[in-house]
Amino acid sequence: MKSEGSNSRGNSYCLSGSLQTVLGWRYIPVIVAILVLIPVGTVMLSFLSPAGEIWQHLVETTLSRLLLNSFWLALGVATCSAVLGVSLAWFTAVYDFPGRKIFSWGLLLPLAFPAYVLAFVTLGLFDFTGPVQTSLRSWFGTEPFWFPNIRSRMGVIIVMTLAFYPYVYLLARNAFLTQGKRSLEAAQSLGLNSAQGFFKVALPMARPWIASGVMLVLMETLADFGTVAVFNYDTFTTAIYKAWFSMFSLSAASQLASLLIIIIFVLIVIEQKFRSRIRYAETKQSSRMAPIILTGWKSWAVAGLASATLFFAFLLPITQLFIWAIDSFAEEFNQRYLGFLWHSLTLSGLSALLICVISTLMIYSVRRHPDMVSRMAVRIATIGYALPGVVLAVGIYIPLAWVDNWFSQMAMQLFSIEMGFLFQGTFVVMLIAYMTRFMAVGYNPIDSAMQRVTFSIDEASMGLGVSGWGMLQKVHLPILKGGIFTAATLVFVDVMKEMPITLMTRPFGWDTLSVRIFEMTSEGEWEQAALPAVVLVLTGLIPIIMLTRQAEK
Amino acid sequence: MLRIYFGRFLGVIFICFASFGANFSYAEQVVVYSARIEKLIKPMFDSFTKETGISVKFVTDKAGVLLAKLRAEGKYTPADMLITTDAGNLWEAVQVGLLAPVESGKLEVNIPSYLRDPQKKWFGLSVRARTIVYNTDKVNPAELSTYEDLANSKWQGRICLRTSKKVYNQSLVAMMIAEHGKEKTEQIVSGWVANLATDPLSNDTKAMEFVAAGKCDVTIVNSYYYGRLIEKIPNLPLAIFWPNQDGSGVHVNISGAGIIKNTKNKQSAVMLLEFLSSKKAQKLFTDINMEYPVNPKISPDSIVAEWGGFKQNRMNVVKAGELQTEAVKLMDRVGYR
Repeated sequence: MKSEGSNSRGNSYCLSGSLQTVLGWRYIPVIVAILVLIPVGTVMLSFLSPAGEIWQHLVETTLSRLLLNSFWLALGVATCSAVLGVSLAWFTAVYDFPGRKIFSWGLLLPLAFPAYVLAFVTLGLFDFTGPVQTSLRSWFGTEPFWFPNIRSRMGVIIVMTLAFYPYVYLLARNAFLTQGKRSLEAAQSLGLNSAQGFFKVALPMARPWIASGVMLVLMETLADFGTVAVFNYDTFTTAIYKAWFSMFSLSAASQLASLLIIIIFVLIVIEQKFRSRIRYAETKQSSRMAPIILTGWKSWAVAGLASATLFFAFLLPITQLFIWAIDSFAEEFNQRYLGFLWHSLTLSGLSALLICVISTLMIYSVRRHPDMVSRMAVRIATIGYALPGVVLAVGIYIPLAWVDNWFSQMAMQLFSIEMGFLFQGTFVVMLIAYMTRFMAVGYNPIDSAMQRVTFSIDEASMGLGVSGWGMLQKVHLPILKGGIFTAATLVFVDVMKEMPITLMTRPFGWDTLSVRIFEMTSEGEWEQAALPAVVLVLTGLIPIIMLTRQAEK
Repeated sequence: MLRIYFGRFLGVIFICFASFGANFSYAEQVVVYSARIEKLIKPMFDSFTKETGISVKFVTDKAGVLLAKLRAEGKYTPADMLITTDAGNLWEAVQVGLLAPVESGKLEVNIPSYLRDPQKKWFGLSVRARTIVYNTDKVNPAELSTYEDLANSKWQGRICLRTSKKVYNQSLVAMMIAEHGKEKTEQIVSGWVANLATDPLSNDTKAMEFVAAGKCDVTIVNSYYYGRLIEKIPNLPLAIFWPNQDGSGVHVNISGAGIIKNTKNKQSAVMLLEFLSSKKAQKLFTDINMEYPVNPKISPDSIVAEWGGFKQNRMNVVKAGELQTEAVKLMDRVGYR
């Protein structure tokens, strides 16, 4: 590692040398970590203002139930998403069965659905008053008959799994596509059958991807409020909302949220500890072999699983949304929708770009300087995803307002000018806010991709005099392309769906599609929200389809 | 030398930023932070602009978030007015010192005293009545009397409620605490919970749909939700019952507004506030969302009028804020989710 400084100075890429001395790869993760630490730190500072009374009340009444609810929910959603995501990824990557081509990209479509939208549509369909149970009652009489209660823990777990499994599916599929069949071949040469090959070779090799995906699911589940609110399923996040919005204690809410960060942080550290014992390396993208053809009941079972998932996670809810949207179209649609769409696209696109560039730089930096500080910095930099968006939004807003006020005061004292806010209500703030929230979403896929690049490649390229910027550009980027595309898609879609940060930091009049959904749903007009929801889902499909195109190449 | 240059440099930067960020034409517009959604407030703003030429710039969000925002912005906030959809958040805004008192004869004439802050820091703009809706096939209205009566065991397995996390229910229970005291209210609310036919529901409309589908017989909702549902599906077997008419009256909450203490534009903001309580705007409140006007001179929307007149609980809604935390705790204690 020591030799690399002189190497970079010696190489012919001017840019690389100057950039490295000016910026210093080493400091990128630290800078991002500091940026993320500001809002997270603001939230944690709440411990300075006591909220003992509310804690006491929570401990005496609901806290144990909420913790238990959160625990089961997190466990259930993480497990189900892992099983569903990994199995679908494995089947579509390695086998051929009826409809495989369509499923391989179709199964990604649910990514475009905000989880709370999926929740209210599903509940609308399957609850006691929904069309399904109503029809059953009218066919079989009104006597009480058994129908699974969808407003239950099981119901929430199912809906969240359907909303979040694509994270796992997408990442695991990337892994299986490039190494799945090779690992099967290797297993077969050792005399293992395909099931053994999957469990003993392919699955362990795909671990970094699967773990990243499950981690995203876990963070999303624990920080979720919208979905559980539709089901009236109380979790730890419910307590955060209740403390803040009902009992007027932002400090109690922030303290609760801080605990959530700590829990997630511990989980991340544990996961990384386990992961670091294994080295994952794949020198090149494996050649695509013809898929193994499934026959008989097996092929139909696999096709059945894939179609059921696609049906419940996407086709059914989008159909229902369409029907509602048509009903409200005349009343709701106007040329302002172009504005909403434009705002959503701009924010999502720019955030995806920003986060992918910074993630890549961070990952490269940690690769060059894998010291304690960088590793810690990276973990901190990706923690924002674990916070409920609304809490993070306040954590961003408070220091920001403080800086703005300071500037205003200076302007007043020095020049006696009354000036407005510099940062608040500007675009830059929104982008930084999204970055602190969604860093993990961009970082994880690119990081998984980077882990597959062996260090021997780095050494070889250094031997050829390519290092620093040049190495990233010439050697790593082509290999990372898939991971970066995945990251960009996930960030794009997540920013589009994001609500609390957008609401709090948007400039006047800068409404997006998700702001529109908020407007409708906050007055309980779920069906009116269908139109912006449909537009949002359809727009989210664009990058997803681009991604699958890219992956199939 | 260097310091002088640095100072000039800073000066230039400040002026650049100031010319970007500053808004020199304060007098011409009012900035509103609104928890009332665009659809339910913009028509009133448009009408105001048409009448006075003063434009209204606004941003919507949850009330709690808007309060946090205002507190963070402090002295330099761009906001002139806060609008909420409940009294509780206005009360909290007063507690944290965000609102300024307003002396206005017009407001005092237009708005009855129980629907505005005794300290004159906020004013109700529309009335939201929380009442009982029942299934006409299954309930004889003679059976119904009060909110308190729904705790009676004769309603065992017959009531549906919206979640206690919604502020409307918190206000209702807070007002009951103000009337009956904690102990008795706790008995009543735990009676409700014991009588539930199904887990609490996430919104008022859902609760009425459950009543209509026969899962339960009665529920407690805001009347305008009933209006919207009936407008969409007219033949539902649902009807409104006004409870507590022999006692304290129907529980009402307000959607209301206050002027931000740090406003740089109080005069125009007060003009807007007065306009919102005027005949023209009050008519819009009831026409757009089937809420009740606060201004007693305005008659409600024709559909709303069909539901009949009723006696409102005239205890000042400030109690809903004062006792909200107490109400939340009470509902947690009796397991009302």
